[in-house]
Formats: sequence, structure tokens, C-alpha cells
Amino acid sequence: MSEPSVNNPLIEVRHIHKSFKTVQAVRDVSFTISQGQFVALLGPNGAGKTTTVEMIEGIQKPDQGEIRIMGLNWKEHADRLRPLIGLSLQETRFVDKLNVVETLRLFASFYSLPASRVEEIITTVGLQEKRKAAVENLSGGQRQRLALGIALLNYPNILLLDEPTTGLDPNARREIWNILLQLKKNGRTSLILTTHYMEEAEKLCDYIIIFHNGEILKEGSRNALLDEGDGRKIVEFELEKNETAESYSALRQKFDQLAALFRVHWDRELSKGSVALTNLETELPLFLEHMKELGLTICNLSFRKKTLDDLFTELTGRHLDD
Amino acid sequence: MIKKRPLHQLSQLIIAHTMEILREPAVLFWGILFPIFMALGLGLAFTKKADKIGHVVLIETETGISPAFERLRQSSAGPNLEYDGIEHRHRLVLPDSVLGNMTIYFLTTTWDEGIKHLKQGKAGLLLSVEKDQVLYHFDPSNQEARLFHREISDLLRPGREQGFSQSGQVRALTLKGTRYIDFLIPGLMAMGVMMSTMWGLSYGLIEKRSKKLIRRMVATPMRKSYFLFSIITVRTAMNLIEALLLFLFSWLSFGFTLTGNPLALFVLILAGNFSFAGLSIFLSSRTSSTEVGNGVINLVVMPMMIGSGIFFSYHNFPDWLVPVIQKLPLTMLADGMRSIFLEGAGFSETAAASLILAGSGVLFFLAGLKIYKWH
Repeated sequence: MSEPSVNNPLIEVRHIHKSFKTVQAVRDVSFTISQGQFVALLGPNGAGKTTTVEMIEGIQKPDQGEIRIMGLNWKEHADRLRPLIGLSLQETRFVDKLNVVETLRLFASFYSLPASRVEEIITTVGLQEKRKAAVENLSGGQRQRLALGIALLNYPNILLLDEPTTGLDPNARREIWNILLQLKKNGRTSLILTTHYMEEAEKLCDYIIIFHNGEILKEGSRNALLDEGDGRKIVEFELEKNETAESYSALRQKFDQLAALFRVHWDRELSKGSVALTNLETELPLFLEHMKELGLTICNLSFRKKTLDDLFTELTGRHLDD
Repeated sequence: MIKKRPLHQLSQLIIAHTMEILREPAVLFWGILFPIFMALGLGLAFTKKADKIGHVVLIETETGISPAFERLRQSSAGPNLEYDGIEHRHRLVLPDSVLGNMTIYFLTTTWDEGIKHLKQGKAGLLLSVEKDQVLYHFDPSNQEARLFHREISDLLRPGREQGFSQSGQVRALTLKGTRYIDFLIPGLMAMGVMMSTMWGLSYGLIEKRSKKLIRRMVATPMRKSYFLFSIITVRTAMNLIEALLLFLFSWLSFGFTLTGNPLALFVLILAGNFSFAGLSIFLSSRTSSTEVGNGVINLVVMPMMIGSGIFFSYHNFPDWLVPVIQKLPLTMLADGMRSIFLEGAGFSETAAASLILAGSGVLFFLAGLKIYKWH
């Protein structure tokens, strides 16, 4: 079967592996994405997200395994796949001396698109006022919106964005998110984005695949992922300064005792810790009692919802933005 | 289904590359003004009847008198020797309306001081007198010193008449086509083609790769052949305009003319463009580091700049090297252009060079394409 078909899953990734000289970037990664889904590949730098996305984009070839997009593969059907895909690479710098309209016109010509499509895109990504501005004079956020505009030019079935908001300020980030949320409403395009911002994954995507060391650590909807593990509420606490002066091994011992009963994490450097609880009313008093028994005095206590970062820390001991 | 518009794609690529070049102000300077400045500077330096200026040291003895100076004063040139206003220095002007005047400065000083002047390049020739004999001290490989040695020994020869000039026996060659500027202009044009193509194409492509722009472009249905074709076309057009401007300039300011077949010249320049374009694509086929690119381009360009006889004839190189030099693309292009501009050559003389240049370009292009790193 080689016709693009809606009966096929949109993207099927099966047991792909990829190594570079000394690094095994991707190890036995498999997942399936269906039509209209917005999927985030979440993970810290070096987790294998970009390599995975570039294999889907046809830029890298997997050493092993198979990728099918609407039933097609890059080896045989590259010419038919390219028009189906819109993408933005982690870091593309377009021609400095060309302005926004010229850059879009150039890329539109590759897809044989009319000038009217260029105008539509300028509106979609909100660059009306910058249409005659040279690329070299655009801000980081405007450049990313231009890159996104180019990715959207050809009405892609699949949009692949590699770290679309990395390095942007919160406002610029929100502008990109709004464009993508608008796109989601239309429902024609599926999105795969890589990110190490959990808010980005949570806000935009209904399915999240967490990467770690070239492998998939966990995947599922945001809610399903957060339901995993023991608790959904996080209590953060800070210890009195004199407590932190206590010798490390004694303190370590106390936290080991605590860890037998609670999902507790302790950051020695900051003298801060957190504990994941399911039921605050019953579990919190119990936890505080234990702390007291161990002679640990809390000077600050706060509550928040569990996040994907907490989940990641639970599973790996690291943070997403490490 | 969207109608395919391949020509639209090509024209957009050509427009984009043209804009990219034209909006870089440095391009106008290096591509167009720089060769003209170079022609102007070198042209003026070598077409003007330059006054020859020499510095000679006359050695004085321990008693503070210089027998060499005395000899000079008693010679036919003696009356023309005038005090320069600088201590111990005299000036002698030998007028020559054909070859240009010659001015010699004579500094009277001790041997040690004189040697110091020699080492510092302030003087090329030392004169002393020993046992009634004038001695000339100079480095035989120093052409100027040799010239002044002959001139002065001529002056000091007994019985030489004052005001004697060689003009009667020498004819300066200022005939069009034999001047240095005539030799220089075709060379500068050939060099312009090489530099602009090698730096413009190779460096431009490597930079696009390092910016991941090539990678982004080939992720679209863009035809790779159109991409390369368009940048080569734009670059070639620029090179032709540059060569034309340089020609116009040298025609207006130096009376430089084309004596051979213009069509053969056009074909040859085009072939030269192909040759360097192919080489550029080959050199830029793998690396994405502009530093590496810089080195590689210099490695190819520099030997040709020096060896290919752009500024001075390559026949000064050792005999065994000349056949090698003659096979370099820049030499072929420059020699071919010189023969068309200066010797009235046409297709029969330059067809072989054009074919070899174009052919080598195609070979390098194909080899480069074979190993080209698009991602």
C-alpha cells in the first residue's frame, strides 16, 4: 500500500535507533500518532527529541527501524512526503538581506503557491507590520514566527516544530502558542513539537511523550501522566537554617527514613524539599508529624499541583531544564 | 491539486540570490570598485614616466673627508651637484625627457654608518676610494643598485661630456598593447572572475549550510538543480558586469582596447566562470564551518593569485614550474583573455582553453554534486 490514506495512522514510528560517532542518540523508540493530534516530545537537552523529529522529517535516516507517514516512507516516497509536511528546524537562519515577504515568496514558489497564500500567512503569524523588514532586523520572536509561517505555507497535514520557542521571552512564546492553538481549532493539521518547557507541552498538546537518554520514558495524555505515581499534589518545604548546618549524613539518614513512607525529594544545596501527596487532609498532618519526630523544623511550606517536571524528577532525579 | 510552476520557482530563486548580493554593500566595493582601484593604482604606477630616485652613500675617511665625493665633484656631473639642505647630503638630478628624470641623493658618512643605511634599506649602493680606485659596494641581486652603479660609474668615467643623455639610443615602449597596464587589465578581469566566484559561491554556500538554510530548503519540494543553477547564473551575470565595468574604466582612462574577437572573449569568460563555479561547488560540498571554508578557498586561490601571472609574468618562475602554472585555470583564463585583448586572437586560438575550462568545471561540479551534503 503506497497511497496516502486516512485509514493509516498518520505517523508510525517503529523501533528506530540512531547513533552518531560515539553517542547513541535514539534507542528503540516507537510511537503512533493519529490524524489531528497535537503531540509533544518533552525532555531535557540531549534526550533524543531532535534526532527523532529529524528522522520523521527525512533529514536523518534511522540506523534501524521504520517510519511510515500516511503509509509512505522516505526511501521510496520522498517527493510525495515533502508537500505533506511543514517544519521548522531548531535553528534556521534565513537569508539576512531578504525581507519577510520575499522570504515567504521564495518558499511559496517551491510549493507552487500563489502570492495570495503569502499574504494569508503574514496575517496568520502576525507579521503585517514587518512585511518589508529584512530578516536580519527581526527580533527572535519575529524570526520564529517567520519560520512558523514558512512551515505553514503549504497547508501541511503534519507540522513538525523543533523547539519553536526556545530562547524566547514569555510574550513572544505566548504569541507562538496562540498561533498554534488557532491552528488546532481548524483540526486539519497534526503537530509534533519538541520542547523542554513542560508548560508548552501541557498548554498545546493532548499527547505527551517524555524522552530521556534516547528512550521513551513515559507517554500519555497530560492527565494520564500526572495520575501516575502516588500523588497529584506537591508540598514544598524549606528547613530552618540551623538544620541545614547539621551534618550531611545525619540529615540524609532522616530523609531516607522519610522516603520509606513518602515520595519525598530533598535538595541539600537549597535546603529545600518536596513531597507528593494524594490526599492533603489526611497525609499532610502525618508527614508533618514525621518531620517533627525527626527533629526537622520547617520554616516555609507551600502547596501546588503536580507538574510534568515533578513526574520527570520522580522518574529520573533530574529536571527537564537541566 | 496545485499546478506546478517550475519556472516560477527558478525565477524566485534568481531574484532571491540577486537581492542577497546587491543588498550587501561590501559586494559593490569588492566586486566592482576594488578591481578598478587596483587597475588605477597599478596602472598609474607603471604608465607614468616615473622619476627614478636613488640613495648612495659616499664613504668618508677617518679624517672626515670623502675622496669619493671629491671625485664626483670633479666629474662632468660636478656642477649639477647641489647641497640638499640636509647635513652631508647632496642631490644630483639627471634630466631625461624620454625615460623620466633620475635623482640621486649622495650622503657622505663613515663606513659603519653607511652599512647601517644599507641594512635599513635607506641606501642601496656604497662608494669608497681605495688606492685611487673607486669601489662600488652593493648586493648584485638589487636591481636598483645595479642601475645606479652603472649610472655613477658612467659619470665618473674620465672624458664624459656633461649633459650627455642616453635618449638618443633608447626608445621607450609606450605603444598600446605593450604597456604594463595592457598586461594587467585582462589579468585583473580573470582574477575578478575567480575571486568573486570562489568567495561568492563557495563561501556563500558554506554559510547557508552553517545557518542550516540549505537543510531547510531541501526539506521543501525545491529542485536542488534549480537552487545551484540559480546561484551560478546570478554569480556569472555579476562577473560579466564586473568585467565590463573594468573594461569601460580602463578604456576611458588608459585607452585600453579589445583587438580580438568579442564573441570568443565572451565564451572564454563564460567558460572561466564555469570552471570556477564547478570548483566552488566541489570545495563547498562537505563542510559547514566557515572557518574551514575560508582555509580551503585560500588554499586554492592563493597559489593561483601568485603563480598565474596576474601582476607579473609567470615566466620568471623556474622552467620546470611553468608548464604546471600554464595548466592552472586562472592562467588559462588570463592568458586566453590577454591573447584576445592584446594579440587579436579569436576562437581558433582560445577554443581549446575554453573547452578545457568549461569541461573541468563540469567535472568538478558533478564530483561535488556526488558528495554534496544537503542536510
